[in-house]
Amino acid sequence: MQSGLKPEQEEKESLNNIQQKIQNSPETLNREGADREGADREGADREEMEPGFGMRLRRALGKVESIYTLIGLLLMCIVLSFMHPAFLSMRNFSNIFLQASINGILAIGITFVIISSGIDLSVGSILALSGIVTGNALSGGMPLAAAVIFGMLTGGACGLFNGLIITRFNMPPFIVTLGTMSIARGLALLSTNGGQIYGFDAKFLFIGQGKIAGVPMPVVILILLALLSSFILKYTRFGRYCYALGGNMETARLSGISPTLYLTLIYTLSGVTAGVAGIVLASRLSSAQPIAGISYELYAIAAAVIGGTSLAGGTGTVFGTIIGALIISVIRNGMNLLNVNSFLQQVVIGSVIILAVMIDSFRKRNRS
Amino acid sequence: MSVTIPPVVEMEHISKSFPGVKALDDVRFSVFPGEVHVLLGENGAGKSTLMKILSGVYTKDSGEIRIAGDPVELHNVKDAMHQGIRIIYQELNLLNNLTVAENIFIGEEPRTRGIIDWKKMFTESQKLLDGLNLSIDAHQKVSELPVGQQQMVEVAHAVSKEAKVIVMDEPTSALSSKEIKELFTTIRKLQKRGVGVVYISHRLEELLEIGDRVTVFRDGQYIGTRNVREEDGSIKIQLNDLITMMVGRSLDQQFPKVKFTPGEETLRIENLQTEEKLRGCSLSIRKGEILGLAGLMGAGRTELARAVIGADRITGGSVYRGGKRLRIRNPGDAIAQGIGYLPEDRKLHGLVLELDVAKNITLTGIKRIISAFCLSLKKERKEALNLVGELRIKTPSISQQVRYLSGGNQQKVVVAKWLFANSDILIFDEPTRGIDVGAKVEIYRLLNTLVEAGKTVMIISSELPEILGMCDRIAVMREGNIVKEFLRADATQDAILKYAIGAEA
Repeated sequence: MQSGLKPEQEEKESLNNIQQKIQNSPETLNREGADREGADREGADREEMEPGFGMRLRRALGKVESIYTLIGLLLMCIVLSFMHPAFLSMRNFSNIFLQASINGILAIGITFVIISSGIDLSVGSILALSGIVTGNALSGGMPLAAAVIFGMLTGGACGLFNGLIITRFNMPPFIVTLGTMSIARGLALLSTNGGQIYGFDAKFLFIGQGKIAGVPMPVVILILLALLSSFILKYTRFGRYCYALGGNMETARLSGISPTLYLTLIYTLSGVTAGVAGIVLASRLSSAQPIAGISYELYAIAAAVIGGTSLAGGTGTVFGTIIGALIISVIRNGMNLLNVNSFLQQVVIGSVIILAVMIDSFRKRNRS
Repeated sequence: MSVTIPPVVEMEHISKSFPGVKALDDVRFSVFPGEVHVLLGENGAGKSTLMKILSGVYTKDSGEIRIAGDPVELHNVKDAMHQGIRIIYQELNLLNNLTVAENIFIGEEPRTRGIIDWKKMFTESQKLLDGLNLSIDAHQKVSELPVGQQQMVEVAHAVSKEAKVIVMDEPTSALSSKEIKELFTTIRKLQKRGVGVVYISHRLEELLEIGDRVTVFRDGQYIGTRNVREEDGSIKIQLNDLITMMVGRSLDQQFPKVKFTPGEETLRIENLQTEEKLRGCSLSIRKGEILGLAGLMGAGRTELARAVIGADRITGGSVYRGGKRLRIRNPGDAIAQGIGYLPEDRKLHGLVLELDVAKNITLTGIKRIISAFCLSLKKERKEALNLVGELRIKTPSISQQVRYLSGGNQQKVVVAKWLFANSDILIFDEPTRGIDVGAKVEIYRLLNTLVEAGKTVMIISSELPEILGMCDRIAVMREGNIVKEFLRADATQDAILKYAIGAEA
């Protein structure tokens, strides 16, 4: 790194870069084009260097992993706005984001796991357990900040448990997290004897029900977590290692990356985000429920997959995942506005998941 | 051989291109019933590609295939099987936890009223095995058999379906000399039944023993076909001719070896042992020299490298660097000591194919682009561009996924990765496997450059010409031991092979 830049400056610059990556404007590509000219002293790929506008646009679009998902989301919004006048209202949009926030927070953690070619089925149950633990702590008189941290640590501990069992005993993540899904749910039910915890004070309720500058707090938390995790994935060693481990575990190991350490960290992280989701949900509902978040793991996985994170590992972005969560939310919201039968909604959402993965696999086949 | 019988397989004017490579350029090939036709050529000569076209794995771009005189189009593997063409790949395609009989009849289990007739399956398989004089029990699980016998199961599997032609792709690469003899006995049996055998190999000595005719390919082109024997059965062919046909140029041109004066010892391995394979290996490598590690497949060469870098657990022995004993428990420790391993299978063990060129290059030495806990992508680009230029890696950009690069350029990316990690001891496992002949020379030049720059280089290779052409010193491994060391001047292909197969004395 050049000595002239101060760390803060560097960081700000990096954050700008994220935004650039998220939008992935043609300018970014042009810069790459310039670099390419430098690399290509032999001029092996002349035609590659001066692409026409259409070609460049197509390449720019192709480079954004989740561009088709984004287009899909926009199309959906356009269609729905014609079908129902209330759809485009500010209030409804705020609603959609609010609905997407819990799923989105869970899906961020899951994205890390899936990028590293794992799976985490336990997040829905961890969400419930963390909510209960936080609720218990609050009603036991623990200060707000401590209770929230305690709840997050509970989630982290569950994730750590997943990670340690998976790496130390070399067990398939599917099975281990399936087990944890039941264990965490059981613990949540045990600790309240099946009942729920309520009667929180206003400060705690602000987390799920408050607003900052008109934006609901859960959405603020989602956006902050999304920015932070995008940054981690792109600009930290940990993030890079997630891709490397998911792309090729053995290459990563031979390159000096410890799968044991990093996979454990990844599952722990997924546990922590589930913990955050649990706290936000408890606050939003004004009650911590041991049966909260049942089958949420599936929607979180769906959000990641719709957003272009491949279950084979090695690819994926948090941006895509957020789009995926929004798509699920928009479909739900739209169908509610149009009075579609809620049972039918399940059928539609399931079909969208399959469609999204199909489109993705077609794209991959076309590329190769 | 009577000429009036038409060949069972004739391939003419066959061409096939892959992105960036012309794998086959207007080649021809034929097999008569009861003939062993050896297909000879270096790696990348196009042998396997032609056979994959014959077995329906690839489709030809142009040309004609005739089976027993009739033109056919082979669109997929099924078509080829239907025509009686069987291929036995170098890597065996058996289901290890099933029995021999199940493997032989896989997909075509004998059935009565829809239910598998196990009794019939076992008796038929046993009959088949006995008919080939194989002492294999059809009830045994494949995983319990030694490799040589597993290969025979593949042969039996192939024969079970009325094969007219059996293609064997380097069948002996994993076999002991005794197992090779057994294989040859079986091949002769097949010949008597009128089966045409295509035998792919680059081992000349086997060709003299088993072949009737030999065809040589080079760089995807047909070079020529010769009869191995005279009418009376005596050997007619000149090995030197074949070598010239295969190589097409003198060894000096192919291996641009530059000699440096060796300096001090950089790496010493003492009595290294692993549970699985190594039985106490000792070696010493000096700066400025290239050490070659020769031996048959399965001799323990890759295992030795993996033990040195901490990828496999060692049960005894030690590794020294500059006289200092190293504690290496995992690949990370080896990297910290400047030891890099460039694995045989680049795609599986050397690269992350989904990541781009830059990210692959910086993966091992990622510390170098970290400042204030963050990756500097700017520095990453700069460093990657430098290495891409220095090693002349041909890629449209450093943001290109490595999966789209050619084999030679992928190998260069792996080299760049270890250079970026500041490794000064580099262990190359089969450095030119799967690389075009032209690109090979470039890799050899690169090896010279590395040595010149003060790196220590060790090459594990199954290609003796490569070992002889590039190495200053050659260690031969057999069954987990280092059985012999040669200086470049004393080494010959014959001598190395003798030690490798255990026929010295």
